[in-house]
Amino acid sequence: MEWTEEGIVLSARPHGDTSLILQALTAGQGRHAGLVRGGQSVKKRAMFEPGNRLLLTWRARIADHLGAYEAEPVATVSSRYYDDPDRLAALAAAAAVAEKALPEREAHPGAYQGLLAFIDALDHDFWPALYVRWEMGVLAELGFGLDLSCCAATGSNDQLAYVSPRTGRAVSLSAGEPYRDRLLTLPGFLTGTGEVTPRAILDGLALTEHFLNRSVFHLKDEETPGARKRMVDRLTRLAA
Amino acid sequence: MSGEIETLTKLLARLPGLGPRSARRAVLFLLKRREQLMLPLAEAMHAAAKAMKACRECGNYATEDPCPICTDARRDKTVMCVVEEVGDVWAFERSGAYRGLYHVLGGTLSALDGRGPEDLTLDKLVERCRPKVGDEGSVTEVILALDATVDGQTTAHYVSDRLQPLGIKVTRLAQGVPVGGELDYLDDGTLTTALKSRREV
Repeated sequence: MEWTEEGIVLSARPHGDTSLILQALTAGQGRHAGLVRGGQSVKKRAMFEPGNRLLLTWRARIADHLGAYEAEPVATVSSRYYDDPDRLAALAAAAAVAEKALPEREAHPGAYQGLLAFIDALDHDFWPALYVRWEMGVLAELGFGLDLSCCAATGSNDQLAYVSPRTGRAVSLSAGEPYRDRLLTLPGFLTGTGEVTPRAILDGLALTEHFLNRSVFHLKDEETPGARKRMVDRLTRLAA
Repeated sequence: MSGEIETLTKLLARLPGLGPRSARRAVLFLLKRREQLMLPLAEAMHAAAKAMKACRECGNYATEDPCPICTDARRDKTVMCVVEEVGDVWAFERSGAYRGLYHVLGGTLSALDGRGPEDLTLDKLVERCRPKVGDEGSVTEVILALDATVDGQTTAHYVSDRLQPLGIKVTRLAQGVPVGGELDYLDDGTLTTALKSRREV
């Protein structure tokens, strides 16, 4: 068994004294693990930081085996943001969410392309909005997409302001008003009707966190990754 | 193989750098040098296991608590170097380039290992850095000597945020071209950070 594809590093765990187990996200193979022999060496270790892009060749005798990776660097991304706590936190959060949410060895090209676009956008100021959109994309890829096209109660697409925490469908301002305490806020930038403000980003993150927890993490008996919580804490402090 | 040898082999095989085969070779080597090496080694290990403890101040291993570094009056008590593990303290001490205090965090924030701030000795660090009455011997600078990895730098930013209310200067180690490093062989990330951290000559 052998394939070669470009992938994004999600994590690398030391294995023995010299090797490591790499988790990478690829378009065609999905989230895929493999052993990197000598991956802990001084020369190679920097390659396997979350967010870096690698050209990966995976080989195994039998498809079910862990297999071994050979890796060539394509783009070293993570070290660019070591001095930028917000972007570094976002990169770590995205890698942690991808690793926890996406099933192993199941292709989700949308999640891969979305993560690639988010990483490319990290240099720009609109990265927080793209992060929220990427998490929505992950939910959609996993079959738990939110329906923000029209109000679940009235069918209109005017003034969509809330999302039902149960169904994931949008609710208009007037229809949702009596139940606003029980509904999630829908930030306008997700429907193209509002600006991207720090408050709107936090609303967007709360929205995706609810559905990631409900539909993905809780089913796996897991919690929201700590890296994502720390990113939200950081953005909350900045918004205050 | 007798039970004692098997137990010893299994225990040695759990050490870093040793597998079952190399552990067997080590056991054979020790057995052949029972008086010169095996018994002194066993006694030294027993003595170290009984005497060594983690310093309640910095987390370094020593026979005294607080450790000799924390109690050394000649050290600069206004500078504190935050490191991940005790091995990092030993590395700094080997270099002889640093004469301040240390604080061992006990790891880094790690999404992979599920290690959060509550698993590190952050509260103790903040307590140690809090200005003393009359500013006598108060810490004025904290050096974050953490790994140049996503986890290491995420932790560095987190520690820096925790120390911010205390108004202490927080610095971190430089990143870039290693001593003896040839540019041609450096990875993109190291070159990028080296460029960012360039300074006038």
